[in-house]
Amino acid sequence: MPRLNSAFELEKLRKDIVAQRDSLKPCIAICAGTTCLAYGNDRLVRAFVQEVKKQSLEAQVDIKATGCHGFCEKGPHVVIYPEEICYVEVTPQDVPEIVAQTVKAKKVIDRLIYTDPQTGEKAVHQSEIPFYQRQMRLIMGNNSKIDPQSIDDYLACGGYSALVKALFEMSPEQVLAEIKKANLRGRGGGGFPAGLKWETTRNAPGKEKYVIVNGHEGEPGAFMDRALFTGNPHSVLEGLIIGAYTIGAQQGFIYTRHDSPQLKDNIARALTQAEEYGLLGDNILGSGFNFHVEVHIDIGIFVSGESSALMRSIEGKIPEPRPKYIRTSVSGIWERPSNLNNVETWANVPQIISRGSQWYASIGTQKSKGTKLISLSGNIVNAGVIEVPLGTSLRTIVYDIGGGIPNGKKLKAVHFGGPMGGSLPASLLDTPLDFDELAQLGAPLGAGGMFVMDEDANMVSVARFFLQFLADESCGKCVPCREGTRQMLKILTNISEGKGRQGDIELLEELSQVTQAASLCALGRTAADPLLSTLRYFRDEYEAKMATS
Amino acid sequence: MQTGSALHWLKMTGGPAIRGRSQFREASMDKTRIDEIIDRHQGKVSSLIQVLLEIQSENHWLPKEALQRVSEKLQVPLTRVRHIATFYKTFSLTPKGRHEIHVCTGSSCHVRGATEILERVQEHVGIRPGQTSPDFRFSLETGSCQGSCSLGPEMVVAGNHHGKLKAGDVEAVLKDYK
Repeated sequence: MPRLNSAFELEKLRKDIVAQRDSLKPCIAICAGTTCLAYGNDRLVRAFVQEVKKQSLEAQVDIKATGCHGFCEKGPHVVIYPEEICYVEVTPQDVPEIVAQTVKAKKVIDRLIYTDPQTGEKAVHQSEIPFYQRQMRLIMGNNSKIDPQSIDDYLACGGYSALVKALFEMSPEQVLAEIKKANLRGRGGGGFPAGLKWETTRNAPGKEKYVIVNGHEGEPGAFMDRALFTGNPHSVLEGLIIGAYTIGAQQGFIYTRHDSPQLKDNIARALTQAEEYGLLGDNILGSGFNFHVEVHIDIGIFVSGESSALMRSIEGKIPEPRPKYIRTSVSGIWERPSNLNNVETWANVPQIISRGSQWYASIGTQKSKGTKLISLSGNIVNAGVIEVPLGTSLRTIVYDIGGGIPNGKKLKAVHFGGPMGGSLPASLLDTPLDFDELAQLGAPLGAGGMFVMDEDANMVSVARFFLQFLADESCGKCVPCREGTRQMLKILTNISEGKGRQGDIELLEELSQVTQAASLCALGRTAADPLLSTLRYFRDEYEAKMATS
Repeated sequence: MQTGSALHWLKMTGGPAIRGRSQFREASMDKTRIDEIIDRHQGKVSSLIQVLLEIQSENHWLPKEALQRVSEKLQVPLTRVRHIATFYKTFSLTPKGRHEIHVCTGSSCHVRGATEILERVQEHVGIRPGQTSPDFRFSLETGSCQGSCSLGPEMVVAGNHHGKLKAGDVEAVLKDYK
């Protein structure tokens, strides 16, 4: 591959790539996201490759294994371009028919298109499926169009044009001002304004600075970041490079999961390709800006997603959090200023630069801008990864997109933020998806895991489940967290088994206050949140359990 | 060419990438292989976790000799190597069975019936989470989210996902793993 030495050369390459492509050439895009892969879609990909070969169509048809399309419940998914015909629950047995009927004869196969279980209506294209209709897929939308292993696919979709704009038309100060004006808030859990965080690291003393992608995603029920990162790694990388340019960092780190070979391979390949094109490394596109990226693989402990623990892990040490009297943005990896943002936050950066802060700020609510990825799980008809504008009501997510509750049951509660989050009762379903409103109700948005529970869910047992998770995952460094979670779990287990004693609920509340106030990191500080939110909205269930003892 | 890229993807995943990594090797890895892994990381101290991870994923557990070799080569005290090796649940200091069973007990699988699945697995293989059967046929682990919640309740055996399980399915699934 040629190394690109200027913005002009990049734009020329982009033009060449687009010119070489025939937009009318059929392309079979097969979802290779985590769930579809678990459905065994490697067999499906192989079947398509073989069938196309058998029919001697290799020159006329493209086949792509793409990132997650989001509609995991109905996987494996296949989209046939240019007509964008969408097939769900495709098996290798369907392949010869798809190639003969749809790819060659341009006919839609009725039994493979989506049928709405309630209305019986059929949808030929993705955009007609109710699951997609209420979404705004700004950062996930390209997943079904690009092969995550092909930088050319990303370039053909306009990739790296935001980087060019930032490097050659904007000063770092101007980029920072745009991010601040867009009010991009961290998607990893806290919702802290990314611009302010960038500014802190930028202004911190020291020549050597770091930028980091947090791709840890350790909480149960959260799988949107890996869908995005596996499916479109260059979008995250482009955001990171722009961030590094703004902050003045020469070194970046990607911290991500160990358990997905696709994710690791796609990231590694994206870095290699970006380096070969000169979009990463020394003198990026001839701009004089140098930036290198290293990948670190996390090995499955929840606390290593915490910023200071994550940074220790990158240093090769045990991922134990440290007190943050001095923030990691000032003193992080090897005591140097280190700016950490999560996968989704970085992926938002290129579009803000390309389309402007004004456009971005027009999406969402007054204080929560842009779109949010949500992974829908639990008792819901359509589990999967969705992207909606902030401000969308929870009702729309559960019923219009999620398709409601399976088996004719009623909705009881929705839970955000996993083990460190909170549950809301069905009566609050008209609440908009908004960082501050949800936090006020005791169920902060967190990273975007939305867990739905039907009428059979026992809220005491749900709180106990999350507390058990944290008691297991507490690193044990600080006593309030280690012992606090253990003692709360003991009492909660007693209550849920009908062995609660008078005053136990009050004792739980007192313990949770101490754990909250005295723990070192967010794991301990928010460990009692599911407990407190269920006590707030479902106290009668605790009292009923107490009455039986 | 795009068809080529799909082919590459298949090659990269070795076809079933997440499958069939259950070859049990009781003997510990030879020194040269460990050295190769360390050299690939240029012997950097900060690569300690990555080195252990690679040994674990190849060998399925971390024999004492391997820890000693890592300590020598990276010039990190053995106590620190052991600190890391015992801290993470991913690392095992004892040999694992031929087939690792991983029952997802994440929140979504939990409300979709993971408890019954786990109970049935325990009954059937006669071991509890964290244990390996005496004939080294199975090791059992629980853990949270695999990221494929729409498949829940789910268990992964030797890298193969088995989704939308009912307790009655467990025996039939495990039967195929000899």
